[in-house]
Amino acid sequence: MVNTEVPKMNDIYKLLSQIKDPEIPEINIIELGILRNVEFENNKYKISITPTYSGCPAMKMIENQISEILKNNFYDFEIITNLSPAWTTDWMTDEGKKKLIESGITPPQKNFNSIEFKLNKINCPYCNSVKTILKSEFGSTACKSFYFCENCLTPFDYFKSI
Amino acid sequence: MNLKNKNVVDYLLQLGDDRLILGHRLSEWCGHAPILEEDIALANIAQDCLGQATFFLNAAAEEIGNGKTTDDLAYLRNPNQFKNLLIMELPKGDFAFTIFRQFLVDNYTFLLYQQLQNSKHNQIANIAQKSLKEVKYHLRHSSEWVLRLGDGTEISHEKSQNALNELWAYTNELFNENEIEKKLAEENIAIESFKLKNEWLDKVTQHLKTATLKILENKEENIFNGRSGKHTEHLDHLLSEMQIVVRAYPGAKW
Ligand SMILES: [Zn+2]
Repeated sequence: MVNTEVPKMNDIYKLLSQIKDPEIPEINIIELGILRNVEFENNKYKISITPTYSGCPAMKMIENQISEILKNNFYDFEIITNLSPAWTTDWMTDEGKKKLIESGITPPQKNFNSIEFKLNKINCPYCNSVKTILKSEFGSTACKSFYFCENCLTPFDYFKSI
Repeated sequence: MNLKNKNVVDYLLQLGDDRLILGHRLSEWCGHAPILEEDIALANIAQDCLGQATFFLNAAAEEIGNGKTTDDLAYLRNPNQFKNLLIMELPKGDFAFTIFRQFLVDNYTFLLYQQLQNSKHNQIANIAQKSLKEVKYHLRHSSEWVLRLGDGTEISHEKSQNALNELWAYTNELFNENEIEKKLAEENIAIESFKLKNEWLDKVTQHLKTATLKILENKEENIFNGRSGKHTEHLDHLLSEMQIVVRAYPGAKW
């Protein structure tokens, strides 16, 4: 049985919102801006996704999870990976940013797309202080940098803006 | 495959092999970097390079057709079929050597991808646009370290200057004229890399000067040529390690 009778976009989005980033399990692929579009065409759902970082190992897992959840719900579908326009942290939703703070990660600032390091002060996700220092631009995963809060003496991740 | 396709494939292999081989060299630092933050940084950068290589080699495999896969291109070609620049395959050396190679290559890659964003070949343009965002982070990372090491202690300065002296002889090759680039540039698919040289030289020279380092012109002509498959022996060793599992267990899945 293949469930293609009526295009049920809301149902599809609801299903796909269950898929989380394996490296930040608090936040789903819609909030992250990875899921770009769902179209119904020729009795098939076309799911467009955009990779975050080129070498991000989570992308393959996310793709597999999309396949699995749609197959289990009898949808006929195709997954399309778009590189352009390139993923930007500006696509992250406000809900997603809120969840990041709750899990101890400072959300990305607006992306200036410039080579200079034009960051405003980064707030600590725990105490909101701006007395923070950058320890390394490369953190526990490709998408994060590593900071330290001098106010509450806690290390934390900042979701890099790209 | 017609000649134009063959040129596009060769060009995609150039772009992909540069990132694959450099990414592999960077990955050799995993667990060995002088400090934990750098271990993580170099592994992150390696991951970006390998991801970019995957995109380029995947595009090459699609152009070739006949069921050729990205993995075939990465794991089942011989050294003389690789088209990377020699600077990418040199052994990782000490930390200064890795950082200075990265700095010279990041500046080159930044200028190259900036131009390739406008390539008439859709995939090349899209990959360049995506990768440029990552290369900006890499360039900032290596540039900061060049200052820190060059204008640091007596020992770090000396190690930096030695690394730079050794690497400089390999930078000519970045801007060699190349028949494939020339042909594809006529169709606005590729960029002739020699056209990037002046801007690259300005940027690099200025930054090295700030880092209190000197460029020693090396008159020696390099007899090898990575783009045409003539490599140093270092690539043989690198590939024999990178490819061993796939070659020892053909078709293995895990
Ligand atoms: Zn704090």
